[in-house]
Amino acid sequence: MLLLTCPYCGVAAEETELHAGGEAHLTRFGPDSSDADFTSYLFHRENPKGVHFERWRHVNGCGKWFHAARDTNTLEVFGTYSAQTTEPPKDLLGKIREKRPGFRWRDIA
Amino acid sequence: MSTRVQTQGRLIDRDRPISFKFNGTLLKGYQGDTLASALLANDQMLIGRSFKYHRPRGVVASGSEEPNALVGLGEGDRFEPNQRATTTEIFHGLTATSQNHWPSLNYDVGIVNNVLSRFLSAGFYYKMFIHPRPFWKHFYEPFIRHSAGLGKAPNPEVRDADRYEHFYAFTDVLVIGGGVAGLQSALTAARAGAKVLLLEQTAHLGGRAPVDGGTIDGMEPEAWVEKARAELDALPNTQVRTRTMGAGVYDHGYVLGYERLTDHAPDTPGPRHRLWRIRAAQVITATGAIERPLSFAGNDIPGVMLASAVRDYLVNYGVSPGDRTVVVTNNDDAYRTAIALVQAGLKVPVILDARPTGGGALMDEAKALGIRVETGAAAVKVKGAKRVHSVCIGVQAGEGEVLEEVFCDAIAMSGGWSPVVHLWSHCGGKLTWDAGQAAFRPDHARAPTSHDGNPFVIAAGAADGAFHLKDVLQNAVKAGETAATRAGGKAESSAAPRGDAPEEAPLAPVWMMPQGAKKQLRMKAWLDYQNDVKVSDVQLAAQEGFESVEHTKRYTTLGMATDQGKLSNINGLATLANALDEDIPRVGTTTFRPPYTPISMGAIAGEARGEIFQPIRKTPMHAWHEANGAHWEPVGHWRRPYAFPRKGESVTDAVHREVLATRNSLGLLDASTLGKIIVKGPDAGRFLDMLYTNMMSTLKPGKCRYGLMCSENGFLTDDGVVARIDEDTFLCHTTTGGADRIHAHMEEWLQTEWWDWQVWTVNATEQFAQVAVVGPNARKLLEKLGGMDVSKDALGFMEWKDGDLAGFPVRVYRISFSGELSYEIAVPANLGRAFWDKLLEAGAEWDITPYGTEALHIMRAEKGFIMIGDETDGTVIPQDLGLDWAISKKKDDYIGKRAQARSHMTDPKRWKLVGLETLDGSTLMDGAYAVAEGTNENGQTNTQGRVTSTYHSPTLNKGIAMGLVLNGPDRMGEVIEFTNGGDDRVKARIVNPVFFDPEGEKQNV
Repeated sequence: MLLLTCPYCGVAAEETELHAGGEAHLTRFGPDSSDADFTSYLFHRENPKGVHFERWRHVNGCGKWFHAARDTNTLEVFGTYSAQTTEPPKDLLGKIREKRPGFRWRDIA
Repeated sequence: MSTRVQTQGRLIDRDRPISFKFNGTLLKGYQGDTLASALLANDQMLIGRSFKYHRPRGVVASGSEEPNALVGLGEGDRFEPNQRATTTEIFHGLTATSQNHWPSLNYDVGIVNNVLSRFLSAGFYYKMFIHPRPFWKHFYEPFIRHSAGLGKAPNPEVRDADRYEHFYAFTDVLVIGGGVAGLQSALTAARAGAKVLLLEQTAHLGGRAPVDGGTIDGMEPEAWVEKARAELDALPNTQVRTRTMGAGVYDHGYVLGYERLTDHAPDTPGPRHRLWRIRAAQVITATGAIERPLSFAGNDIPGVMLASAVRDYLVNYGVSPGDRTVVVTNNDDAYRTAIALVQAGLKVPVILDARPTGGGALMDEAKALGIRVETGAAAVKVKGAKRVHSVCIGVQAGEGEVLEEVFCDAIAMSGGWSPVVHLWSHCGGKLTWDAGQAAFRPDHARAPTSHDGNPFVIAAGAADGAFHLKDVLQNAVKAGETAATRAGGKAESSAAPRGDAPEEAPLAPVWMMPQGAKKQLRMKAWLDYQNDVKVSDVQLAAQEGFESVEHTKRYTTLGMATDQGKLSNINGLATLANALDEDIPRVGTTTFRPPYTPISMGAIAGEARGEIFQPIRKTPMHAWHEANGAHWEPVGHWRRPYAFPRKGESVTDAVHREVLATRNSLGLLDASTLGKIIVKGPDAGRFLDMLYTNMMSTLKPGKCRYGLMCSENGFLTDDGVVARIDEDTFLCHTTTGGADRIHAHMEEWLQTEWWDWQVWTVNATEQFAQVAVVGPNARKLLEKLGGMDVSKDALGFMEWKDGDLAGFPVRVYRISFSGELSYEIAVPANLGRAFWDKLLEAGAEWDITPYGTEALHIMRAEKGFIMIGDETDGTVIPQDLGLDWAISKKKDDYIGKRAQARSHMTDPKRWKLVGLETLDGSTLMDGAYAVAEGTNENGQTNTQGRVTSTYHSPTLNKGIAMGLVLNGPDRMGEVIEFTNGGDDRVKARIVNPVFFDPEGEKQNV
């Protein structure tokens, strides 16, 4: 049962307070997109054994969506941050690289 | 025979006899006995039968690792199968029954499997029951189902008579295990200021130390345990719970504890079991070790026990398993059993030590007591049926030549000790092979890690592979210090208490006894007692190519019984490793999964049962419905009246009456459960344009529009009427079950995609009671109430207006889901019941009729209106339902638009919505398929459509239905066949789905 700190209300929330929302930082493809782009947006997901960027909602709390950088293998949480961004914060990436040299996620290296 | 001896028995109170029943016979034990010790005291060595061969089974162990002594406990609504006799404390009136035999424990017909065991080897079921194919369903499966399963399931018709609860706890350091290691690490951590919670699964603290001897700081272990307990009790920051097992260790320091409060004293008030939901910064697993059996022929015959268990029964309960006990061992520890037996005046004819040079100080002590010790020796086979009769002795290095037969009635065996690493492993802790101890122990470098990336589990004592008393104490102090420091405390290095015990000689790994045992012997050398897996089965699995330990486990069922392989796993995988010619650590272990031992379903459910299993949401009018005979239907978490049958009236008749009364005069529906979400802000219109397939931004204030909502993959997910309140404000109605989901959907898009749009949403569903006043006399009723103009000109169809009616502040929507003249009227929730009552009173002159959800469904179906969840199932797009008119062509984008352009969505062969009428007026079956020509490759009839809604229409007095049919809209008038149960078919004509008032004249008046 994970503990994630909601970056909005500051509560270290238990998994039962949260709703998992899958992969973070997806780019939405709309009506004019190619089949390949749209299919990828709708269906293709990262599945790393390692650090992953995820969407969570503090559903039984403040109700806010936020993002978490979490190692799916060791369960280490590198940080949580606002969902209102298109990429992970620089300092968080630095923190991850420090502990996971050579870390890669999608086009983030 | 096994019996009570006159001395020893530190845990029993001989002044307090207890009577209990086993298989109907009244037996006597003492306060403090376990069911196993009490049965042994009554010479009840045979307790059950094994799963596959129905071989006689007796007690092997003395704790939670016991595989054999499983019984049914209690009677009636308190009956529970598969309870461990070794962990069941007896009380007055306890009733236990043996399991897995017919007709009786002593004479069991299933033992025939034993004779056939040659043919029932590993994978037998997989190999045997494949052919011939048809035999499976009619012969093999019923037979296997009848003979499978251990114990009898409780009667499903009775409810658990006991109460259970959940309990939350937060602590710095959680210590699991109340033996010497657990106590010492708890003391160390507590002294450093950490908040400490200690759990012990049994009723007693101290673990094995009081039985195994030695001294701690010069004290007897029992005295030291008392002192430690007293200090823990005196500290303000510690809590100790006995009869509480650490069941599982989960992510980020979450641990489940399982407390058995009244199992030992059922008449005590309060809950029976308690599930502890613990969050700990650090977890110390001081869970001890489990002794391994030795694999020799006949090691499953009742009377063959673990050496430690023999010692436990003698020292703790004053029970001797036999007058003459042969000890078989590969290590020094088992000598303690021999010494204890002889000191209690019992006979140990011989100690068979597999090591060529024997043991150390303990061996010398045994020899000094006059016990015969044979080194390099093996138990070749045990003779006996329901009880050990004798043991044949040979040399360990040999193939099983019998040199001597020794008569005995019990055998105490020890194959060494395996640390209990289960809790360490649950959350990812890795193991390392300790060749010296021939055991897996926790690998400190690969401990389970928590949210901060740091380790949060520490193993202590024997669970960490520290077996000598001196090592146990030092190890425990270190664990306590580490835990306290990691949890933020300041641990000052302190000296461990001094532990004195005899030094032990190294053990010799023995995985087969004798090492070259021939097949006849290996076929009778048991690994898993409960599931009947033998050395030969694992060897066969290896030979057949099952190289992975996980595959071998499933193929042979090794370790898959209710004891989850606590005794068998290490021996099994060592056997597999030998058969594969691999190193044991390379073969590895199977996965350790929680719970450590089975926990009750009641504890998992806790208080969530009966009425509070799930709270029921109630509208302000709920009490009226209840008082007026509502036949309820669950909708989401709500209960809605399905119909209001009158006295003597059937539900169906009530539904038909309600429909006709509404169509002909006046009906009343509690529509409060419909979702009501307020969407507000400068960008609200733009947002709703993205959310709905329709154009909502062009809606004028004061007007309503029916809208469709899709998911991003194009499928229709909800529908409802949107009202524009003012330039910046919309009120979106959702389906009853959809309110929370749609509100979450809105928030998700707003927060994660269009976060720069200025829009706010509020789910106001429960703020309003909403009543639909429906029927030709609806306007007359509102006019009678008075207060606002509800005429056609003042409030046209698909318009809304605020005002008051009979003094109630109301918002009136002129919308219709029935095709009738209809007003949906919202009032503040606290006025809902009064408003409902007022409508009923004023409507009496038109015979106002409250109606339920089924009348609502029928009336909407008569009008061809779709229902989310009937016409949709998560694979249907609006275009399938002929709802293209509600899809804006002018918008560049909406959620689902791109997906609806995918090739599969635009396929002309998609089934589309039509109306269906049977030729004979009968009602089609719900979910019936439209059959097509021919059959598919599986011989199943081809289909060309399916029924989505079907009713008997009281208005039209015939069956009406909607369905999705291949090219349906182009086939109007065509007659096709539908399934009608079994091979029966019924003919129906494809028609327009609007059956009633297609011009909409009734609702537009």
